Amino acid sequence: MRVALSVACFDDALFPGTGKAVTVLLERLGHEVAYPPGQTCCGQIHWTTGYHREAADLARAYTAAFEGCEVVVAPSASCAATVRDGYPRIARTARDPGLARAAEGLAVYELTEFLVDVLGVTDVGAYFPHRVTYHPSCQSARTLGVADRPLRLLRAVRGLDLVELPAAGECCGFGGAFAMKNSDVSVAMVADKVRHVRDTGADVVCAVDNSCLAHIGGALSRLRGGVRTMHLAEILAETGPA
Amino acid sequence: MPKFAAAARSALADTGLRRNLRGGIAAAREREAAAAAELGGWDDLREAGRAIRDAALLDLDAHLEELERAVTEAGGTVHWAADAAEACEIVTGLVRAAGADEVVKASSATTREIGLTAALARAGVTARETALADLAVQLGDDEPSHLLSPALHRDRAEIRELFRRTMPAAGPDLTDDPAGLAAAVRVHLRERFLRARVAVTGANFLVAETGTLVVLESEGNARMCLTLPGTLISVAGIDKVVPTWADMEVFLQLLPRSSSGDRMTPYVATSTGVTAGDGPRAFHLVLLDNGRTRALADEVGRTALRCIRCSACMNVCPVYERAGGRAYGPVYPGPIGAILTPQLRGVDSAADASLPYASTLCGACADVCPVKIDIPDVLVHLRGTVVESRRRRPVPPPELMLMRGLAWTMGDPRRYETALRRGTRWARLLSRGGRIRRLPGLLGKWTEARDLPAPPSESFRAWWTRRRP
Ligand code: SF4
Repeated sequence: MRVALSVACFDDALFPGTGKAVTVLLERLGHEVAYPPGQTCCGQIHWTTGYHREAADLARAYTAAFEGCEVVVAPSASCAATVRDGYPRIARTARDPGLARAAEGLAVYELTEFLVDVLGVTDVGAYFPHRVTYHPSCQSARTLGVADRPLRLLRAVRGLDLVELPAAGECCGFGGAFAMKNSDVSVAMVADKVRHVRDTGADVVCAVDNSCLAHIGGALSRLRGGVRTMHLAEILAETGPA
Repeated sequence: MPKFAAAARSALADTGLRRNLRGGIAAAREREAAAAAELGGWDDLREAGRAIRDAALLDLDAHLEELERAVTEAGGTVHWAADAAEACEIVTGLVRAAGADEVVKASSATTREIGLTAALARAGVTARETALADLAVQLGDDEPSHLLSPALHRDRAEIRELFRRTMPAAGPDLTDDPAGLAAAVRVHLRERFLRARVAVTGANFLVAETGTLVVLESEGNARMCLTLPGTLISVAGIDKVVPTWADMEVFLQLLPRSSSGDRMTPYVATSTGVTAGDGPRAFHLVLLDNGRTRALADEVGRTALRCIRCSACMNVCPVYERAGGRAYGPVYPGPIGAILTPQLRGVDSAADASLPYASTLCGACADVCPVKIDIPDVLVHLRGTVVESRRRRPVPPPELMLMRGLAWTMGDPRRYETALRRGTRWARLLSRGGRIRRLPGLLGKWTEARDLPAPPSESFRAWWTRRRP
């Protein structure tokens, strides 16, 4: 299958390893990966912060960049959620039925949905001999409803010791602009998340959203927490020594 | 009223508040989840609740006319109040006409919304709260922090101390077990109930077809208010109308299970007009608009008017749990406050405009709301309203300039690539050992307590181009 890769602007700059990992992983599974060069940003930041006119412009550009692609895979649940759940709302606000139709025409999947539902695989042949815990980001769990797909993928990774995160469903406190506008509450939330992560004794905390991971990881790094953050894709891409 | 972030900052530093809130809502959350799970078809029930509320709001004017007719036929009087000031004026006038300088009051968020107690005090009328938690807030000269348990930020020991200090009848042996506190309140209130000539209550629902007031409570004090004094004044938002009695079947399941986690609230009182020789001799229903008509005109915002004030949304909200209810201002706390207050009061003040941003959009509230209000959707919508109001300012605020610039950059792949390269170089200069510990300007809030990883020298896009020329 020819897969169009959608890389979040945030990931493009700060976490390029995620897009690389998805490329490696999908090619290993025998698929062709394309990266439509017209893509920039899905418009999520503008939409959730209230800049709805700008979000509509970016949404139009995004749908144009991916027009005609058979499937689009986004290793960012919040971007996938913006396109699938947000674009109809952006179109409603902008009173732009053309945008609504264009958004409906896109088959956008978050990575774990694509692997489990479209490709029908849970064992992707990965090897990662570490203790790992999983943070279900709000956009992945609530907006997209990826449910246990990430956990099923993780359980099939050889050598991986998966430990459950206490109070996993509670938001890490990122929330886009919230982390800046309400930084005190945001920090109080991530403090509890970090405590739960550290309680698991894991080496790595993973998720399907680098934005939440930047938040949790940023707090862990400041506190010298001794736990690494990794996008799930980067774990799935690992095969260890040949 | 300060902006949400500032008010939250002081709440975050209040360790007692943090502990009491955490404990209180964790218990409520568990009870509510169990009460919902035990009932088969909870989601169908929520859907039914949503549909009834939406239909009621769609034909609100017709239902209100029907309600007025029914209340009048049952011997009551309906008053229409356009805003808080008008509602307070009407109630004050009615109390004066009854020749009273004291009223007993049942717990009511709507009377809190209009600031009734203060308005009555200005007119020389003392309003005495009769619900334990409201009484504790009143005696402690405190502010409510939760929709249903206004004294949630206080623990039982604090309330016992307060009662010992302020209720002479309570005596020095008062213990802090719930039964003991309730008994002390009962003694304190008994004589006040017996001498009161006027009672003021809110309403959970107004049944249009019969003109009936429905009030749910756990202590029995509201029932005393509804039956003992000669004059009953009830203040309710125009959104409280349900068309028929049959609709109550749905809400009497949804509301108790979502608010207190009970199968049925201990006291469900219904009161219709006046009856000779039984209950109040005069009944006044004050129907309050106070921004509701404006909210109704907004196709997204109006869904907030479905709310049945159960408080489930705040009990699951991680922001509320830490910031407390008072950070949301004097009207409605928690997620419902964040979407209702800016609609009722507008977004002109910085404090009201900060409320739609008091959320991470995590969606926990929408998962539990018994009438399926998509709270994050309304929050984002209202953020749009706030930004639109800022666009009209003569001098554009810095955030608007920044977001416009960002959109312009992102609007074209070449501009984006250039900015990406420049930004990466700049950010790498700020970093030490792969981490950025301090960022300037608006981003400085991030690095107050969190690092940011330094961007790798090669972006994904650059890697892709290098790999496949
Ligand atoms: S918004 Fe929903 S959950 Fe919150 S108080 Fe209203 S009905 Fe209850």
